[in-house]
Amino acid sequence: MDAGDIKIEVKELSLIFGKKKAQALKMLEQGAGKAEILEKTRCTVGVNKANLQIKTGEIFVIMGLSGSGKSTLLRCLNRLISPTAGDVIVNKVNITKEDNKALLETRRIEMSMVFQKFALLPHRTVLENAAFGLEIRGEDKEQRLQVAQEALESVGLKGFENQLPSQLSGGMQQRVGLARALANNPEVLLMDEAFSALDPLIKSDMQDELIELQEKLKKTIVFITHDLDEAIKLGDRIAIMKDGVIEQIGTAEDILKKPASDYVKAFVEKVDRKAIITAGSLMFRKPNTVTLEKDGPESVLRKIRESAFEVLPVINKNKVFEGFIWLPEVLKAKKQNAESIKDFITTTCPSVYPEVTVEEMLPLITNTKSSIAVVDEATGRLLGVVTQTSLVIESTRFNKEEIVELKEQASEQ
Amino acid sequence: MEKIINIGEYIELAVDWLTDNFAPVFDLIKNVGNTSIEGIEWLLVTTPFYVVIALIGLLALFKAGRGVAIFSACGLLLIYLMGFWVETMESMALIVFSTVIALVQALPLGIWAAKSERVERIIRPVLDLMQTMPAFVYLIPAVLFFSIGKLPGAFATVIFAMPPAVRLTALGIKQVPADIKEAARAFGATNKQILFKVELPLALNTILAGVNQTIMMALSMVVIAGMIAAGGLGEKVLEGINNLDIGLGFESGLAVVILAIVLDRITQALGQSNKKKVVSLSNIFKRK
Repeated sequence: MDAGDIKIEVKELSLIFGKKKAQALKMLEQGAGKAEILEKTRCTVGVNKANLQIKTGEIFVIMGLSGSGKSTLLRCLNRLISPTAGDVIVNKVNITKEDNKALLETRRIEMSMVFQKFALLPHRTVLENAAFGLEIRGEDKEQRLQVAQEALESVGLKGFENQLPSQLSGGMQQRVGLARALANNPEVLLMDEAFSALDPLIKSDMQDELIELQEKLKKTIVFITHDLDEAIKLGDRIAIMKDGVIEQIGTAEDILKKPASDYVKAFVEKVDRKAIITAGSLMFRKPNTVTLEKDGPESVLRKIRESAFEVLPVINKNKVFEGFIWLPEVLKAKKQNAESIKDFITTTCPSVYPEVTVEEMLPLITNTKSSIAVVDEATGRLLGVVTQTSLVIESTRFNKEEIVELKEQASEQ
Repeated sequence: MEKIINIGEYIELAVDWLTDNFAPVFDLIKNVGNTSIEGIEWLLVTTPFYVVIALIGLLALFKAGRGVAIFSACGLLLIYLMGFWVETMESMALIVFSTVIALVQALPLGIWAAKSERVERIIRPVLDLMQTMPAFVYLIPAVLFFSIGKLPGAFATVIFAMPPAVRLTALGIKQVPADIKEAARAFGATNKQILFKVELPLALNTILAGVNQTIMMALSMVVIAGMIAAGGLGEKVLEGINNLDIGLGFESGLAVVILAIVLDRITQALGQSNKKKVVSLSNIFKRK
């Protein structure tokens, strides 16, 4: 990772609640556990030596159950809570060492926050709420209302400017919260369980819209959630927290495929893998192939024998996927003494891009007997094949009892 | 029964000491205060009664609706017809003055109490004392400090009427949701910005309820202050009692009741109309 790409860096950050902070911190450094520290010093460890690097322009999700310290960690980023030890570096500036005035500037310009319960001012209109951050910053009225208006339009609230928050639904109120944060045009958006208070359908819509907005805006977003599905949907990278400790940081696939601890494992087993595992990760790379221009029926037959498959993918000399060739067709070609296998390949077969999920691929196998080719989106080159067997195994990997058991295991922790 | 501890003696000593050593200060307060009260009085008395009634009626119409407006106009007219107009305006002047002085002290105190637990712990018993002490007791030091007249009346009134405004201001500010304050902080608001842009606006209705209570308590005390020659309706009530004049007592008492209802309904509506934000004229006439 290039140092220039890093927007926020958290180094050895600890946060302790209670009176005997110094003693608790010392114990923490000596490796004492949360329970032991609580017993001896009556201090609670909120965050335990967290290290993070958040890249410019990514959606970084911090996920954990309640009490895992995720919201506390988020509040250390803009120092709504001051950490007991460690550093938070934003744009190469150490926030933890900033004086009050510089801190206010950081909050006013660089970071905006979106809250779980919206936290809108009930006596102000939607427009005035959206302009609140700019008002605090001291922008003149005309200017700030204009910017707020644009922010409201970008979240689809045009026409609601003069309503009061209480007249809007939860989803719309959170749009106002989002507009308020966007109006400040910060580089960093801190979102504290921003969609957790919304009902599932609205939540899903808001997630889609956030992704869409992010395509345009390219902010650095730190998103807190307790919902792994949400984390996977939104997060470019995900950090999983438990008891104030970051258990694992990685992409959704890293975490699903290689959970770093039993806790993470129990957590991820709850997720519907079908929706996460993609063709790219499931495919068999560098399969045996047949090149259309080069291989005649004889050599195809030999390759089929070597590979022990009765069907092989066909590519042209530019490695672009052309179709599949089946053993009976090859034999037919040989009988007719054909020069080329061109007329014998099956071209009406599905091919997918690497980011297509297992769930999306499942319907394809009903129409074909061959594997599914995975091709590059830009060039059409064959990247690999997903066999029907592996697809079926992946989508039915756990039987029902196993899933129930894993879910229980996860929620107990 | 024999007194074992004589608290009264110490209080007396303290009051004596204050009057001996701070006489010029009390004189200054008295002069400034009397001038202010007389100024307000002059304004209310010299303005023709129908103008005053019309203004109060209009205020009631816009803020509290048609019913209150009609009642206010008729009630005040009745006071005028009974011949208590000047006394009522005198009482009104005293109420206005006392309420303003009480609020000027109560609002900052209330805010302070909301912000600091220690301040609240100190203030609370003092407020209890101020509210539960029989109102007449305040008249004694008031007279000792300022002799008799309007200002000692106002002094006693301020002490008696201040507590609800302090309490409700503190309550209102404490009730502001923590997440809204946190949001303001996250956007880089200073403490002052949080107070003026978040806490006070959100506490406004509760604070206005406190203002209403203060006005009502000021009214009740202003009547009692008639005993120390503060003038106004209180003096008429007292005259009725002293002469066992049932007619005079009832009439002046009725004037107090009308004034109380008018002030209460209008100030209460101020707090509520704030919620609705905009009340258009057409709505006022449609409302029951």
